[in-house]
Amino acid sequence: MNPVLQLTSVTKSFGAVRALKGVSFDLRAGEVHALLGENGAGKSTLIKVITGAHQPDGGSIDINGERVGHLTPASAHKLGIACIYQQPALFPDLTVAENIGLRLEKTRSFARVDWPARRTRAAELLQRIGAEISPEAEVCSLSMPEQQLVEIACALGAGARIVIMDEPTASLTQKEQQLLFAVVRELSASGVGVIYISHRLEEIFALADRVTVLRDGESVGTNAAGELNETQLIQLMVGREVSHIYPPAEGAPGEVVLSLKNLGCTAGGVRSVTLDVRAGEVVGLAGLVGAGRTELARVLFGITPADSGEILLGGKRVSISSPREAIAHGIAYVPEDRRRHGVILEMPVAHNITMAVHHALFPGGWLRFGAETELAQKFIRDLGIKTYGPDAPGSSLSGGNQQKVSVARWLATKPKLLILDEPTQGVDVGAKSEIHRIIRALAKDGLAVLMISSDLPEILGMSDRIAVMRSGTLTAMLPGKSDAHEVMAAALGKEAA
Amino acid sequence: MKRYFRELSVAAALALLLLVLALVAPSFFSPQPLLSRLTAQTPSLVVAVGMALVIICRQIDISVGSQFGVCAVVAGLLAAAGLPLPVVLFTSIGSGMVMGALNGWLVAGLGLPSIVVTLATMVTWQEALRLFQQGKFVNLPPGTQWFGLRQLGGQTALICAALVLLALAAWAMKNLAAGRFIYAVGTDAEAARLAGINPRRTTLGAFTLLGALTGLAAVMNVVQSPQVQPTCGAGLELKVIAACVVGGVAVNGGRGNLWGVFAGLLLLAMINPALTSLHVEAHWEKAIQGLVILLAVVADGLRTRRSRR
Repeated sequence: MNPVLQLTSVTKSFGAVRALKGVSFDLRAGEVHALLGENGAGKSTLIKVITGAHQPDGGSIDINGERVGHLTPASAHKLGIACIYQQPALFPDLTVAENIGLRLEKTRSFARVDWPARRTRAAELLQRIGAEISPEAEVCSLSMPEQQLVEIACALGAGARIVIMDEPTASLTQKEQQLLFAVVRELSASGVGVIYISHRLEEIFALADRVTVLRDGESVGTNAAGELNETQLIQLMVGREVSHIYPPAEGAPGEVVLSLKNLGCTAGGVRSVTLDVRAGEVVGLAGLVGAGRTELARVLFGITPADSGEILLGGKRVSISSPREAIAHGIAYVPEDRRRHGVILEMPVAHNITMAVHHALFPGGWLRFGAETELAQKFIRDLGIKTYGPDAPGSSLSGGNQQKVSVARWLATKPKLLILDEPTQGVDVGAKSEIHRIIRALAKDGLAVLMISSDLPEILGMSDRIAVMRSGTLTAMLPGKSDAHEVMAAALGKEAA
Repeated sequence: MKRYFRELSVAAALALLLLVLALVAPSFFSPQPLLSRLTAQTPSLVVAVGMALVIICRQIDISVGSQFGVCAVVAGLLAAAGLPLPVVLFTSIGSGMVMGALNGWLVAGLGLPSIVVTLATMVTWQEALRLFQQGKFVNLPPGTQWFGLRQLGGQTALICAALVLLALAAWAMKNLAAGRFIYAVGTDAEAARLAGINPRRTTLGAFTLLGALTGLAAVMNVVQSPQVQPTCGAGLELKVIAACVVGGVAVNGGRGNLWGVFAGLLLLAMINPALTSLHVEAHWEKAIQGLVILLAVVADGLRTRRSRR
């Protein structure tokens, strides 16, 4: 049977990062093909290549047996490719019928709208997937899964032969999931090929006919879902050789700096986290994207303050309701989005470094440029920041050096606890090992470090202990010498085999 | 040099205009009319300083004209009641502060968009003033005009006061932590918050300061004539926002220099007298001002597009 979609040796790079290193993938009509992989394995990039959002650097794409030269979102749509995202992209203030009409009706700008036809079509499509939604309902009044059903109706109406579902169940309840599964099965029964992305292994086994696992931008194999068990799947996802030397841990950890007791924050989606971090220790915070790791950091830093449980710093109970208070308590947070929040690109390096210590460095609010330059130069030297000087704007630095400036800003506050969120995301290999060396040296000097990372080897290589989060809470506390398999199993919510 | 290219080019345009005038119409520089023209600009300059801070903070305040009118009438009534000038001055500044702080609280505290908030307060103050004053002028007692000095002394005092204030504010923006907070919040409020800066307090402060400066400017305007017109603030907001934009303050925040604003204000203000001196019909003033503003906006647009690449 000919595949409806065939990717052959597709490559895609972003700058120096090779997101896809020659991935081949095929989708048959009427099958549900699951796509699995860790954070950053290349799933999103692959999807974007298929939907025409990214142009591949190399390789070929065949749809319905025909070679497609240049795929754009518009031509992908015409070729019957539809993608249903976790967050449906509908117009909330328009009705269901209007949303479906906007997608499907090809009319000129000033043509009259045929309202009866529009309503009839919407009702038909919704009925075909068994959705009990009124075409007259405004989209903002629908639940998330109902909105997804509207998206699926749009896809059907457009005559999609290839439907991509990107973690469709992430925000659904059990019952809503079952409804969605039924729709997916009907889609495949009607001959539509479905690419199904999910981190929930039980869904994969319940729905998928075949499974392709991506790892580091490569496909590590396509198997029939029945041929694999969970252990084998996890093994496929993580099994890679460590290609990077991590600095060794030195000395024994000191006393407990941070202690969390049943910490929760409803707004941030963090619940009942209990965790200790000691001086001189690097605790890795592992988990999948959306597991609540950044959210936990934001609670600790007072961005979305906790509403239950306790935070103890140096044994004393504290309440933290703003970043200012967190800084006063000796907490530093190097945020994930470096280019937006870590460094103000328009400002010089020196201003960036002193940004969080204005009150200590400039008593009374008078800037002292001598002290500022001196502090900046100290960090430029200590952290090996490559820049032509303290006056260079943040935008002139490479990603790795911007990250060092972001770290320097927080070291300047002389913190007791340093929270790093994805400290080496998007930096090159050389800068990466330098940042690792810096983190280790800081821990050796007695800093307590909480390091969020989606890079599993980094978690394994750097952590003295590994805390694994899933669905907003801590699910496992593993020793630093754990193997990847155990961490991944905990992150996926499976017993390690 | 490169960093202040934008400000320097405005200064250069101003210098060029003055040079042309010096060659073609030297009478432009005869002392008394020139002094009067500059004095007339001092209230706008003071408000423009405050406006620059608010715009650098990535906000806007279009209610300054109404605030100015309210403060001027308040100052006029107090002066007419025979209160001493310092009391008049501080009450006017205080009234401005309250109105500015209200804007700031609505914007920073409640997170409402500043254009809408200040549009509402603009109309509210304007209409309240109209109901209260019924369009009547306030006649001032003899000792009020020019602070009781002679005209020359009064004009010199106003110009000096405005320049000292400008220099002080420009110095503060560079040398005080608060100034840097304004730039940081205007560039990226969330990044600033993550660095421990309180964006709400910074925004509230900028609006309050603008209000206070508007109150001060109102008094600087009141003392220039024997009576106060309730409509004296009409159009002021557009004038000072234009001065900021022409002077290189980025409308989307984070960038700007008060000396640039000074040059921008003078450039726009000199167009009218320049036209008169060059015997061109003064009707062209608004059109040429519009063209200058458009030129500034286009220059800024091209700049950001280039730097993004």
